Amino acid sequence: MSNQKYLIRGANLLGEETADILVADGTIARIGQGIEADGADVVEAQGLVALPGLVDVHTHLREPGREDAETVETGTRAAAAGGYTAVCAMANSNPVADTAGLVEQVWELGRQAGWADVHPIGAVTVGLEGERLSEIGAMADSRAAVRMFSDDGKCVHNAVLMRRALEYVKTFDGVVAQHAQEPLLTDGAQMNEGSVSADLGLAGWPAVAEEAIIARDVLLAQHVGSRVHICHVSTQGSVEIIRWAKQRGVDVTAEVTPHHLLLTDESVRSYDPVYKVNPPLRTREDVEALRDAVADGTIDVVGTDHAPHPVEAKECEWACAAMGMTGLETALSIVQQTLVETGRIGWGDVARIMSTEPARIARIDDQGRPLAEGEPANIVLVDPAAHRVVEPEKHQSKGRNSPYRSLEIPGAVQATFFKGHPTVLDGHINTPRALVAQAD
Amino acid sequence: MTEISRRHGSPHHRVSENARVILDSADVNRVLTRIAHEIVEANKGTQDLVLLGIPRRGYPLAQRIAQKIASTEPHFDPESCLGQLDITMYRDDLRRNTSRTPQPTRIPAGGIDGKNVVLVDDVLYSGRTIRAALDALGDFGRPEVVRLAVLADRGHRQLPIRADHVGKNLPTSQNESVQVFLRETDEPVALAAGDADRDLGDCVLLVPAASGADAVDVGKQETTGNDAEGTVES
Amino acid sequence: MKHLLDTRDLSLEEAVQVLDTADSMAEVGTREVKKLPALRGRTVVNLFFEDSTRTRISFETAEKRLSADVINFAAKGSSVSKGESLKDTAQTLEAINADAIVIRHPASGAPARLASSGWISSPVINAGDGTHAHPTQALLDAMTLRQHRSRLDGRPTQGSDLRGMRVALVGDVLHSRVARSNVWLLSLLGAHVTLVSPPTLLPVGIEDWPVEVRYSLDEAMAQELDAIMMLRIQRERMHAAFFPSSEEYARLWGLTPERLALLDSRGAETAILHPGPMNRGLEISSAAADSPRSLVLDQVTNGVSVRMSVLYHLMTGPQEQDRIPALQRTS
Repeated sequence: MSNQKYLIRGANLLGEETADILVADGTIARIGQGIEADGADVVEAQGLVALPGLVDVHTHLREPGREDAETVETGTRAAAAGGYTAVCAMANSNPVADTAGLVEQVWELGRQAGWADVHPIGAVTVGLEGERLSEIGAMADSRAAVRMFSDDGKCVHNAVLMRRALEYVKTFDGVVAQHAQEPLLTDGAQMNEGSVSADLGLAGWPAVAEEAIIARDVLLAQHVGSRVHICHVSTQGSVEIIRWAKQRGVDVTAEVTPHHLLLTDESVRSYDPVYKVNPPLRTREDVEALRDAVADGTIDVVGTDHAPHPVEAKECEWACAAMGMTGLETALSIVQQTLVETGRIGWGDVARIMSTEPARIARIDDQGRPLAEGEPANIVLVDPAAHRVVEPEKHQSKGRNSPYRSLEIPGAVQATFFKGHPTVLDGHINTPRALVAQAD
Repeated sequence: MTEISRRHGSPHHRVSENARVILDSADVNRVLTRIAHEIVEANKGTQDLVLLGIPRRGYPLAQRIAQKIASTEPHFDPESCLGQLDITMYRDDLRRNTSRTPQPTRIPAGGIDGKNVVLVDDVLYSGRTIRAALDALGDFGRPEVVRLAVLADRGHRQLPIRADHVGKNLPTSQNESVQVFLRETDEPVALAAGDADRDLGDCVLLVPAASGADAVDVGKQETTGNDAEGTVES
Repeated sequence: MKHLLDTRDLSLEEAVQVLDTADSMAEVGTREVKKLPALRGRTVVNLFFEDSTRTRISFETAEKRLSADVINFAAKGSSVSKGESLKDTAQTLEAINADAIVIRHPASGAPARLASSGWISSPVINAGDGTHAHPTQALLDAMTLRQHRSRLDGRPTQGSDLRGMRVALVGDVLHSRVARSNVWLLSLLGAHVTLVSPPTLLPVGIEDWPVEVRYSLDEAMAQELDAIMMLRIQRERMHAAFFPSSEEYARLWGLTPERLALLDSRGAETAILHPGPMNRGLEISSAAADSPRSLVLDQVTNGVSVRMSVLYHLMTGPQEQDRIPALQRTS
């Protein structure tokens, strides 16, 4: 373990009080005013907001199988650059993460990379085929200690199977994260069904195909007394159903992506496949409803759905392009732009929706902790006054499919401390934690 | 049906203050009468005579000449001997100048094989329009002779082409422009005082080397007008 | 106008200009020498990712009448079927210095992608993309409608729009690029457009389209119509529960002999259009297709004129940019 000490001087804790933070031995040693450096490296943080290290419940790391798109190493490096100290890796790798062996492999790759904790998400069904349950218990008992299960990319549309999965994960306080998409209503779907799809002649992905599954699953979760998590909520109707379910006491949590908080289906008029994503970009009304839902707590977390693709998967006709956008390195900025700068939430809420709640939902005990003495030193320092123009070619991710190319966005991560080690320092990617440990 | 107001290359209502009237309506009428007589004389009658106007202003000129011929030659039927030959698609500057809407080509029912064709245009300048017209004619048949009648010849030929019947020889410098206005195709001209008593419904103007804002206007006309053969400047 | 991707991009002036030019081009087809030298020495590539003999022949005729060199590229192994990518195909065409690309593609937006990607510098003409747009078809329909009215009222077609005309588009609007392009163009030209379709074959989200929508063909035909345009029903739709049976479709939305007789008994001047190929007995009866009202063959003839006009306008005049320098092509 690194014995390097850092003194973060004058940071704005959750955007409120200003204090110095002394980081030593991977933990927050002291928080207070006028702490002496005493041999520690000083990180000047005047004007920077300090948040607990971000946790992403929805990342596609692509390894194993599509190392041309992303690896655990590049994906977690991108996460660090975006202020994350933990990511949950989705199960739709190749082979699918449906066995204990595979989730342990991904977990181990993350440990070796040293940029952030990697918590694999286990597949609900074998091969994401939606036919029989995968070895959920074995994955839970593995070194990866999987608590979140999802067939993301595909919907667990068989109601009986979904019921069984919800019941089964209760054994170890797990959660099923549902990709809500009724498959028959979205056969061949290319974009949100509405006035833009009518104009463009692209097959529609109706909001009802998401809402119908969410309605079914919150009722199922209530019936069997289980926890259910709804991935990437994208419509106003979904928000209303989840709000209703929470009022009825259903143990449901919901996630929204940064891109659904900012972009609309109007972008698709360019036919540029960088805007092709699943669920699709929706309307202005949906965007507003999602922002409101984060503000009132209906939506619990922001998950990036970071989905890197090789260039050729997007340099083609819309219909044959892959779905998905990168997001790890821009998520915090988009949250700042759409939620903080619009006055809907404060930085304390940002910590809640991007760190505390994601960690709680995925049952990651040592992440999403408060900024307090004795806690693990997972800290991100963000400069909220900064502005930057997105250049995907400069991203740490292998993916160049950022929908924000050339857009000026607010906020910049100045430093990320991952268990006491700065993976990002002075606004630049630094070194992974593991390498430092070996050097000692 | 609603007419869409579009005037491709038609002159501005306003012309330069320095414009000089070369021919007014009465002059144009006299000149066309003379050309009509010359054509019949050169043709030794009206046998096999076909008049083809080059759009836009060549066609109304050809029409007027045909009527004048008909008024003295009772056997001449203007309907069956008059046509319009669009040369847009035969121009050699299609890739340089803004594309324009081609006008219909109408060849008299008798065709042009073995006929004595007179091409009619308003201004003869570089000769490129007439070169294009000769190419176009070739796609319709093989005339016995082709002659050329123009309202004004301003010189500066770039091709070995000459007119057989000229309304007015007009020595010009290359940075002057010659503008033609006809009742059928153009709005009436408003000129400064001094020419107030002249009928300018039809007229030929000489606009001197322009300066300032006028330079832009005239330059545009030279390159967009179908008849000005304005390829010299570009 | 650098490309022709959709009729929605056209201004009223441009649309009328293209139609006026097409009228002038029509005369060339009646000459003994059916050729103009306007595009001599220029190369046009017909890039067809989808079979369409009719459209390709029409474009090829138009290109040859303008003296262009024509290359037909039947790219069946498109990236849709995991063959060569659109990008590689485009860059190949750029490398052989094609002066214009006519593209037909089963994916909506493929021509737009080609035009905006920077892979090529030449004008792109959309010859039909997916269920999105078919602008030259709409232009030839507009030209045919303009002629139809001119025949009735004796006024010249040149310079005129379609104001006051009432046109019904009948059938599968959801999957029809012809319908979409006609909605934009005919309404731009001032026509009143009625869409007549079973609700299953109407797109969701057309509240803002400049059209009237009816589910009943008989109700639509109760009004005065200058033209009825029948849209083709793709055979594969019959198995996707859009309507119960082809017989029921023909009875409710087909131009049957009975509906034709109704037009005749009223003495209406309603013309019948169809983009072809026709499914006789399904959306249109033989009686209607072969009746004197049918302008189907005029549409085919006008297709050549309209495509000549489009090629002429896009390929002449100053080119907006020089060719992409070779060094930048790799990006």
